[in-house]
Amino acid sequence: MAEKRIRIVVAKPGLDGHDRGAKIIARALRDGGFEVIYTGLHQTPEMIAETVIQEDADAVGLSVLSGAHMTLFPEILRLLKEKGAEDVAVFGGGIIPDDDAARLKAMGVKEIFTPGASTEDIVKWVRDNIHPRQ
Amino acid sequence: MRTREQWLRETYKQAAERPARFSTVSDMEVEPVYGPQDVTRDFERDIGYPGEYPYTRGVYGSMYRGRLWTMRQFAGFGLAEDTNARFHFLLSQGQDGLSTAFDMPTLMGYDADHERARGEVGREGVSVTSIHDMARLFDRIPVDKVTTSMTVNCSASILLAMYLVNAERQGVPWERVGGTIQNDMLKEYIAQKEWICPPRPAVRIVTDMIEFCARKVPRWHPVSISGYHIREAGSTAVQELAFTLADGICYVEEALRRGLDIDDFAPRLSFFFNLHNDFLEEVAKLRAARRIWARLMKERFHAKSERSMLLRTHAQTAGASLTAQQPLNNIVRVAIQALAGVLGGVQSLHTNSMDETLALPTEGAVMVALRTQQIIAEESGVANTIDPLGGSYAVEALTDRMEHEALEYIRKIDEMGGMIRAIDTGYPQREIADAAFHYQRQLEERVKTVVGVNKYTVPEEIPIPTLKIDHALEEKQVQRVRRMKQQRNWAAVKEALRRVAEACRSGENLMEPICEAVRREATVGEISDVFRTEFGVYKDPGWL
Repeated sequence: MAEKRIRIVVAKPGLDGHDRGAKIIARALRDGGFEVIYTGLHQTPEMIAETVIQEDADAVGLSVLSGAHMTLFPEILRLLKEKGAEDVAVFGGGIIPDDDAARLKAMGVKEIFTPGASTEDIVKWVRDNIHPRQ
Repeated sequence: MRTREQWLRETYKQAAERPARFSTVSDMEVEPVYGPQDVTRDFERDIGYPGEYPYTRGVYGSMYRGRLWTMRQFAGFGLAEDTNARFHFLLSQGQDGLSTAFDMPTLMGYDADHERARGEVGREGVSVTSIHDMARLFDRIPVDKVTTSMTVNCSASILLAMYLVNAERQGVPWERVGGTIQNDMLKEYIAQKEWICPPRPAVRIVTDMIEFCARKVPRWHPVSISGYHIREAGSTAVQELAFTLADGICYVEEALRRGLDIDDFAPRLSFFFNLHNDFLEEVAKLRAARRIWARLMKERFHAKSERSMLLRTHAQTAGASLTAQQPLNNIVRVAIQALAGVLGGVQSLHTNSMDETLALPTEGAVMVALRTQQIIAEESGVANTIDPLGGSYAVEALTDRMEHEALEYIRKIDEMGGMIRAIDTGYPQREIADAAFHYQRQLEERVKTVVGVNKYTVPEEIPIPTLKIDHALEEKQVQRVRRMKQQRNWAAVKEALRRVAEACRSGENLMEPICEAVRREATVGEISDVFRTEFGVYKDPGWL
């Protein structure tokens, strides 16, 4: 049986409109052979958790450049857990200071990519770390 | 005369050439050298002198010899009183105009106490929910003496109303209030992505503001037609130029349809361009922008007044060009970009701070950024001669080429039926996303270099201090807004909101009803909710 293709939701939570990075990552992941669902802008944590469940995604990548990451990331983690989807890998990127990134990882975010990260590195990280959910 | 082709064959090809792609940051390939054959043969028609049509060399006769550009640093964070303190600091340091950054809830039309504002209050700009916040923001700042720029778009009508009502309270009549509000909704759908309702009603509100200011607030610039965000979203320099001017064409056409005379509003239209790393490309872009706009206004829209033909512009160095790695290098980038703006003849300038890829800037970083402008203005000598690069074969050839390529885009958008139609089909959005992806590929393939990121990297970074926004201030602002809502006369607010809704439906100019609602303490979120109900909500099509 062919291996199931990994499905990734790329999401823009909050009011932040900076979607240059999210779109580039979505395209790069798609070119890297993953199935990508891009949510578009201005998603609430509820909308994102709902999309992850409906799309039966294996991972969700969050892009936040507005400084609201310490509110939005934990809320999405909480909602995924509430919906029994805590095994969905959450990763993200944006303007996220190092100490915040460390705190987010301690809460269960798998990886944080910051400005200057290459799409090559991100695709490789996804390939090595994201596996189809059971 | 010996041609460039002969020289290329006989001399250049005999010499060594690095294995590099010789192209601008927008990936426009450039020649090894330019000569007289590459530039326009009609000096008077295309280049001329400053302050004279087609204004390629500058909009004013004496340019910086008459008055230096306005040094206008964008600032805003936390509560209104925090930003007010930063404003007073900047004015004390020799800055001569203010520029306000609002937080995301304010920019998107939500009150600080709204569910969607959680975690975003005061984070990337100042939180303004009601007239009381506006009064705190401009406390002890005389609004008849200091001009203010407000970067806000879909909720711009409300923030302008608040600014004007605050002026009333300071005893300053509207005719004496000067400043700029960004209010360029078209580029929101194209690039910055802050919106409430769909493009057509959004442009109607913009047109209401152009009309209202032409009649009641004559010193105000009701729209700042912006390429800045288009470029930040990843466009090329030519796309920035073309889409910005195409947006301008759309606003002009809408105002004319409203029955306004071109010369009654065109002199108050202003522009806002990006200043990226590619020095000559940026200078050429600004020179081309002035020439195209002047010709459009004269030939296409039959402006009679010379003032209608002037493309007066603010500019800001490119935020997206700054690097989190080795952040001190950003000071150098900003200096080069700012110099391009000055040699390109801008009217006002914001220089970014070195730490802005990490957080909002610290006071120390803002100081270096402001000093960069002061060094260019008062030490470098470049402000002594107007358009000193004019006549350079390379700069004139690039100016011609950018004009030509931008006009090609503008023609395409005209054929689609104008910018609103183009946006509906996703045309500019896709062009920009493609350019952004192309540039990212070039970075990863190391065709393009970003020092400290894909070349000359260092294993360990020395951290620089960054500004931390206190989480507690959100709670403070939320409580303050809730208290204000309980104490005001709700019946009076409701009646005023009903009048705004009525104007939405009847087509009456929205600004007077919005000013009245603001006087009665209606909030940004409540008035935006009227727009949501009356005009509908725009959803991101999510094109990749």
